[in-house]
Amino acid sequence: MLKTIAQRLFGALPNVIGVVIVTFILTRALPGDPAAYFAGAAATPEAVEQVRRQLGLDKSLPHQFLLYVGDLARGNLGNSLSTGQPVLPEIATRLPASLELTLCGLVFAMIVAIPLGVLAATRPGSWIDHLCRLLATAGVSLPTFFTGLLLAYIFYYLLGIAPSPLGRLDVVFSAPPTVTGFYLIDSLFAGDLELFWACNMQLMLPAITLGLFVMAPIMRMTRAAMLGVLSSDFIRTARASGLSRTTVLYRYALRNALLPVVTTLGMVFSFLLGSNVLVEKVFAWPGIGSYVIEALVASDYAPVQGFVLTMALLYVLLNLAIDILYGVIDPRVGVDG
Amino acid sequence: MSANGVSATKTAPGWRATLRHAQYVATDNPVTLGAFVLFLLFVLLALCGPWIAPYDPLASDTAAALQGPSARHWFGTDALGRDMLSRIVVATRLDFGIALCAVFASFGIGAALGSIAGFYGGWADRLIGRCADTIMAFPLFVLAMGIVAALGNTVANIILATAIINLPFYVRVARTEVNVRRHAGFVEAARLTGNSEARILARHIFPNVLPPMMVQISLNMGWAILNAAGLSFIGLGVRPPQAEWGIMVAEGATHIISGEWWVALFPGAALMLAVFCFNLLGDGLRDIIDPRRRT
Repeated sequence: MLKTIAQRLFGALPNVIGVVIVTFILTRALPGDPAAYFAGAAATPEAVEQVRRQLGLDKSLPHQFLLYVGDLARGNLGNSLSTGQPVLPEIATRLPASLELTLCGLVFAMIVAIPLGVLAATRPGSWIDHLCRLLATAGVSLPTFFTGLLLAYIFYYLLGIAPSPLGRLDVVFSAPPTVTGFYLIDSLFAGDLELFWACNMQLMLPAITLGLFVMAPIMRMTRAAMLGVLSSDFIRTARASGLSRTTVLYRYALRNALLPVVTTLGMVFSFLLGSNVLVEKVFAWPGIGSYVIEALVASDYAPVQGFVLTMALLYVLLNLAIDILYGVIDPRVGVDG
Repeated sequence: MSANGVSATKTAPGWRATLRHAQYVATDNPVTLGAFVLFLLFVLLALCGPWIAPYDPLASDTAAALQGPSARHWFGTDALGRDMLSRIVVATRLDFGIALCAVFASFGIGAALGSIAGFYGGWADRLIGRCADTIMAFPLFVLAMGIVAALGNTVANIILATAIINLPFYVRVARTEVNVRRHAGFVEAARLTGNSEARILARHIFPNVLPPMMVQISLNMGWAILNAAGLSFIGLGVRPPQAEWGIMVAEGATHIISGEWWVALFPGAALMLAVFCFNLLGDGLRDIIDPRRRT
């Protein structure tokens, strides 16, 4: 067990190295002279030269790369140009907001998509099957930023049942004391149900927006896996033994069909983390996506670079977690498989 | 597709077979046919947009700002009084152009690299595979953001970024498809008759790889359009006042909360329809080419 996990950790190492190399190349690919860029527009040639030495830009590329890795190891992602604040603490405080949104979106997508996939698989070729497929394709075709606006318009402006789509919490409430950084969990820790409900309402629309976008791959995989499992021998045996339809479907078939669904989660997370940025902009969600968009507008490169690196490392970690989870659920799968 | 290329050199029966095949494709799945008609409509708009548009997409008329849909302005006007319909129609060319350039760049490079990796194997395979894996180690939209932010905020860089994030998919498809055919009978025959390795790869194996690549292209077009629109929505790439669907939704975002829904809705709907159309086309193509992978 531990050996498997260690092997998978080792297997993720090349990806981490690749990510670090690519982010390094991206900084050095900045148009023009990075030193002049970081020194600011009004800098004198001497100041530019000083910044160049300070950033280590006068050294050779491999040497620069080592300096860069050293900075990363010490948790130094540089300072934001516009605020002068270090990037890492800012990302660290904002990350829980983004994670809460992403995970809730994922949970919503799974709650809707898996039953739909099962439904489609039990009636392959029927109009229900076609409808599910059409709905899922429509979902993945929706630009997340557009869905978000549409939902805000319908549920906030027209129906008035959603709170104003700005931020994590309505202004009349104050944030719960930070334990995990997830408002939903923190408000429960604080024992404040009203606050929990307010957080929930605020989170609902952005999470649904995200979820709609990733429903399609989950639904399709569930359908395909269910179709495969339902035609296998052990299901025929279970049916022949006179087990009820629900038991066969959910206790026997679905549990096996969920395994391949776990493997698609990697792709799903890629979608989720990417569209997270767009959803955060639409709902003024104070996560790392909003932070990076502010930085992009101000051509402030250090936060952007820190963001790309954080997201990539997060994604590598998530993939690793999925891999390990898969190995735990299904012991038949070897490390090479 | 390669089948068309072959039949074009033959005479009448070849053409008739192609037609019959097209008819079968169209009647087998009406959804695919609908998507194809929609696709043709979009192509028409992209080609002749500036002549079809009733107004100048950049001409502002502040007296008529933020008017709802009416007989004069079917899709209403935006905050500067520009006609939404004209802007959406004209934007088709830019959005499709970006997606098309990006997809063909990743197709060209991806197919070449993937074929080399699949055909020769060895260190070339490992190197190319490792590069593709590194790209895939990023959440793709985030990588595109990073690339555009680093290289500069231009349309060309949007195309480049979109091409790079799509590259691994083409590399993988090409690699797998070439690899399984590496020792096929017709390849051995071509080798025995004295064809060079490069010629075998280019003239004998590669045409067989095209059909699955076509499916990938079609599915990718929608994703490329979404990606480019998403980048311009957050302020990267295309700049105002140029008409582009993503930017137009961003411009409309500030008005939707106060009830002017048409400014964001119509460009968003155009974007959605275009992506939907490509996804349906891609699904339809995949069903025809490889029915086993239907999910």
